[in-house]
Amino acid sequence: MIPEIGQFALILALLLSIVQGVLPLAGAARGNPVWMGVARPASRGQFLFVALAFGCLAYSFVTNDFSVLNVANNSNSGLPVPYRFAATWGSHEGSMLLWVFMLTGWSAAVSIASRSLPEEMVARVLGVMGLIGTGFLLFMLLTSNPFDRLFPAAQDGRDMNPLLQDPGMVIHPPMLYMGYVGFSVAFSFAIAALLGGKLDSTWARWSRPWTTLAWCFLTIGIMLGSWWAYYELGWGGWWFWDPVENASFMPWIVGTALIHSLAVTERRGAFKSWTVLLAITAFSLSLLGTFLVRSGVLTSVHAFATDPKRGVFILIFLAIVTGGSLVLFAVRAPKVGLGGKFEIVSRESLLLGNNVLLAAACGSVLLGTLYPLFLDALQLGKISVGPPYFDSVFAPLMAPAIFLMGVGPLARWKEARIPDLAMRLRWAAVIAVVSAILVPLIAGEWTLMKSFGYLLAFWVFAASLTSIRERLLVGTQLEWSRLGQLPRGYWGMIAAHVGIGVFIIGVTTVKSYEVERDVRMDIGDTVAVGGYDLKFEGTEEVAGPNYSAARGTVVVSRNGKAVRTLHPEKRFYPVQQSTMTEAAIDSGLFGDLYVSLGEPVGDRAWSVRVYSKPFITWIWGGCVLMALGGFLALTDRRYRASLAQRSALPAHAASPS
Amino acid sequence: MKPRHKRIAIIAGGVVALSVAVGLVLNAFQSNLVFFFTPSQVVAKEAPIDRTFRIGGMVEVGSIKRHADGLTVAFRVTDTAKTLDVVYTGVLPDLFREGKGVVAQGRLGADGLFKASEVLAKHDENYMPPEAAHAIEQARKAGATVKQP
Repeated sequence: MIPEIGQFALILALLLSIVQGVLPLAGAARGNPVWMGVARPASRGQFLFVALAFGCLAYSFVTNDFSVLNVANNSNSGLPVPYRFAATWGSHEGSMLLWVFMLTGWSAAVSIASRSLPEEMVARVLGVMGLIGTGFLLFMLLTSNPFDRLFPAAQDGRDMNPLLQDPGMVIHPPMLYMGYVGFSVAFSFAIAALLGGKLDSTWARWSRPWTTLAWCFLTIGIMLGSWWAYYELGWGGWWFWDPVENASFMPWIVGTALIHSLAVTERRGAFKSWTVLLAITAFSLSLLGTFLVRSGVLTSVHAFATDPKRGVFILIFLAIVTGGSLVLFAVRAPKVGLGGKFEIVSRESLLLGNNVLLAAACGSVLLGTLYPLFLDALQLGKISVGPPYFDSVFAPLMAPAIFLMGVGPLARWKEARIPDLAMRLRWAAVIAVVSAILVPLIAGEWTLMKSFGYLLAFWVFAASLTSIRERLLVGTQLEWSRLGQLPRGYWGMIAAHVGIGVFIIGVTTVKSYEVERDVRMDIGDTVAVGGYDLKFEGTEEVAGPNYSAARGTVVVSRNGKAVRTLHPEKRFYPVQQSTMTEAAIDSGLFGDLYVSLGEPVGDRAWSVRVYSKPFITWIWGGCVLMALGGFLALTDRRYRASLAQRSALPAHAASPS
Repeated sequence: MKPRHKRIAIIAGGVVALSVAVGLVLNAFQSNLVFFFTPSQVVAKEAPIDRTFRIGGMVEVGSIKRHADGLTVAFRVTDTAKTLDVVYTGVLPDLFREGKGVVAQGRLGADGLFKASEVLAKHDENYMPPEAAHAIEQARKAGATVKQP
């Protein structure tokens, strides 16, 4: 009964989404306020129905209803309850439902937080979101219905992939989807502005907080995925340039460019066409990511049963969305006008430079991701494009962007002078160069690559400090009381930029100083890694809730004193007949010790991976700082002020139309 | 600066960035593309000697031998027509088994022994890496064409 209710709720949501996609857009085109007024209630109703469907599916999972095919394929009565709940989005069908749930959530949020916007704008934005919802609901109901029944019901389920039975994996998909789907808001605002023919700075002001919010979620989502790969796959790597990773990284790069471009459009009215193009690209790449990950063209932990119908559907949908919006862009963009003028050296031009570099970097990642797929599809042979390609293309493109990132916040809008900028940043440059030379020297052997990484990181720190110092300067006096008066948007930017620096420190240190050793260890054997001695004391059999495991004991000591005991595990999940490695990690601010079991060799000996990963937590710490920066910027006074103003004034009085 | 000059400068900047990116991509493609060969192709000497490439197929049943150091493993990869000797030092992925699909990346020695630097993990027990499936498919097709005439 419950699954049928879910199914009906989805069908009703589909009908509502069609209404939401058609009436308000037609109303906005013909100036019919009644039709436009449908947008808000329709989007909220759609959200409620999809939430109901989601609740029904979650209920079926938690109560082990194995008469539902999706539950029987992806859950098991032995699975702990939190994972049964997470299994709701652990399958292809369930994850699409999560996608739509997020989409309707975002559009309901827009319907609530848009009272100060002109009715036409709201109608168009929600209309476009309704059309996207229609596409995805149709996709679900036609090709991947999460509520399909299984008759007769299964005795027990086939269980969730053991790799996904992990707390990190429980929150990674919702975060990532919040980000992916959140770009649909920026996209809808851009399309609405193109449809209405009014691309001005107000459009950018409305669209900006939504874009930043989506970007923050995407940052956290990618960071969780990377962290999960590190501790769960047992390889100790944190980024593999795997196509599924790239699929989430490309919207992030373009989203980063979009945030900066929106800032220019809002402040100076410039780059309007470029901003619109970025908004379209960011969402198209999110759809492309969904296609790549869900269609089965890529094989990975994300690709479930491959059904060609699904791939074709998403590809057609992608073509309609991207193609349609680019045609609209081509028709409308020439009328947009150029906006604020600026000189060749100015904050605008620096941001433009960064945008071009980010776009080029995204293009190179896209090429490396799709090229093998094209060759394969055209039967021209099988190749693979691995990390060396991405490393050697991505890093050189990002290095100048990071240099510009230090200069940008100090440059004036409209017109800046190079000698002036050089004067103001000379100490930052000196600090960066000296630290970059000294740090590798102190840590051991000096190489150019290490130094270059540290140079970029310290440049970001020093330039950010310079920027803060200038804000506090009154004449030649530092006014510390001004510290609290700086807007939160500014602090958000500083936090995000410093996050990039922290990230670079992490990446450079791990790449330069990590130690990876695969060794054979018998009971009592000792191996020295990263200043620690690790002694293997054998394994014992332990039983988990739905697995059995060989649990190793490794005593870590420093200078002969035992400091910690680690317990790496080799787990066996009987339902799926699969083996999984659970690494033991001693994590710290300045480095991780990483131990994972390979396989038994001989009687009591095991092959063991022993890694030392200095500063690796800084990689994710940097990502968290970036996301926090975004959240901080969202609490800026101007957004709070506009909220207060909205509640003080009646809704229609606040809107100019 | 006149608007026209400014526009030219911006376009020039974009063109420079684009050409640097294209240059980097081409250069990286030149040295970092990894091609795939089936065991039959390797045995027929179609694979390069001095370059990293990938092979795929099934781990032949009964072929896994562990060396005395406990870490070096020798096994044979077959596409059902031809087999190839492979040696790898290190910890193997969880799902590496006899009779299952495998993909390995490495170099071919002059002695015909494939020295793997990487044995790729799979995520699912019943899943066959597409490269391995492709190798077996190719071998089957080749076998069929030999028999037909």
